[in-house]
Amino acid sequence: MKQLVEKHPLAIRWFHWVNFPVLSLMIWSGMWIYWANDVYRLGWGDHTLFKFFPQSFYAAFHVDHKLAQGMSWHFVLMWVFFLNGLLYVLYTVFSGEWRYLLPTRHSFREAILVTLHDLGLYKKPLPVRKFNGAQQIAYTSVILMGLGSLLTGLAIYKPTQFSWLTTLLGGYEFARILHFSLTIGYVLFFIVHIAQVVRAGWNNFRAMVAGFEIEEVDPTTHAIEAGPASLPAADASLSPH
Amino acid sequence: MTDEIKSPASPPAPQAPLQSEAVVLAEARRRSRRSFIGLGLAGLAGLGGWRWLLSRPDDAGIPHPLRKVLDANSRLSSAYFKETRLAPEFARSRAQTPRENGDVGLDDEVDLDAWRLRVQGYGTTKTQEFTLADVKALPKIEMTTELKCIEGWSVVVHWAGARLSDFLARYPLATRSGRPADPLNPPADLAPYVGMLTPDEQYYVGLDIHSALHPQTLLCYEMNGAPLTSAHGAPLRLVTPLKYGIKHLKRIGTIAFADTRPKDYWAELGYDWDAGH
Repeated sequence: MKQLVEKHPLAIRWFHWVNFPVLSLMIWSGMWIYWANDVYRLGWGDHTLFKFFPQSFYAAFHVDHKLAQGMSWHFVLMWVFFLNGLLYVLYTVFSGEWRYLLPTRHSFREAILVTLHDLGLYKKPLPVRKFNGAQQIAYTSVILMGLGSLLTGLAIYKPTQFSWLTTLLGGYEFARILHFSLTIGYVLFFIVHIAQVVRAGWNNFRAMVAGFEIEEVDPTTHAIEAGPASLPAADASLSPH
Repeated sequence: MTDEIKSPASPPAPQAPLQSEAVVLAEARRRSRRSFIGLGLAGLAGLGGWRWLLSRPDDAGIPHPLRKVLDANSRLSSAYFKETRLAPEFARSRAQTPRENGDVGLDDEVDLDAWRLRVQGYGTTKTQEFTLADVKALPKIEMTTELKCIEGWSVVVHWAGARLSDFLARYPLATRSGRPADPLNPPADLAPYVGMLTPDEQYYVGLDIHSALHPQTLLCYEMNGAPLTSAHGAPLRLVTPLKYGIKHLKRIGTIAFADTRPKDYWAELGYDWDAGH
């Protein structure tokens, strides 16, 4: 029997949807800043596989000559990013939601099986749980990345006033590389996240907006028999037992 | 499967009877509609707020509310500021010649013999003139610090010059009363701001007095062991490793004190006035 099952609390949905445009704008204004000293590339010696960023990219998105505007947006929105992240962490701590989000000692083994399942190499069904091991690792990592962005950001924003922090993070140049790498990390996270949300389907996506999922529930025991028919791995999990 | 019982994704408590599927689906539609409309409205509100921000009057290159937040940020960092917190120093062997990144205010050839440092006393219209020898007569301070460009690159440079605080202790022009400007025991009538201009007044910067009196803020006349070249600000330039390179005015012509923020070349073009780091 289909039943409504609560999934994401209202507060977490708000934090999620506030963070999305704010982080996007942080990345965008960050590119305006980065353009003024765009020295990073992937490669070795004289070989460059990819330059951050090609001139065509700057031209297509009008990234050039916006350092002052980029800094002004970056140093305004940093407060929203910080406060939203802080409130999210406090909420998960005090509501007990952290229990579903923090990886356990089973998460890493589970994450490997989830990945194999998603690649079609592991055929057994994945039992239903709120967040599987791969999700726990991903969602906890991205919060730690957020903290990393705040600290490396502070280290390059005020390298003299917070010189202890800048030194701790390997100096100004290295902290800037870390800050940039974390941003690339968000973009990679975003790509995988979107792919998994698309795979997981409507029921899963709707839960991040409306809070509930529709699940098949056994009328006598009231146990969830299975997720919706199309439930894939992104929304399912292996039982650690 | 025991995890499901503790999970918020668990069904209603076993004693509550299940609802019929028709009721469930109707409830799902109702809640979905409400939530998606809510998210849509929140999105529109966000977009509206964004457009509103962009439509605010321009305040020196950026919308006024953004300028207000930058100013609040700089008040916060000046609250954290301490005279005793020094910019890191480096081994002299790491010193390099920095790029000649700015030449505004250096168009004319400088006549080193005719050059004078003009300092306008706080609260007066009187201007006192100093020669380079007057500045060099003050204790010579050498330091190897990082020159940071607001563009994001930095370079270690060895500087030598006189502390601005020593200059203002010797020539007490930063107070109305004529008392020396002791940074650790600032007199009540100390000017809150310092402004500097190139001789042709094409480039100009403003500093808060605490940064100006910081022990690493120099009236600099030597770079990497040699007198300043013209492109690096001969005969006298400002060096302050507390601020980005845009504040390191080359070829100082005039120093004046003010009650409000003096005009600042790059702050007029959208940058943070404080430009401290």
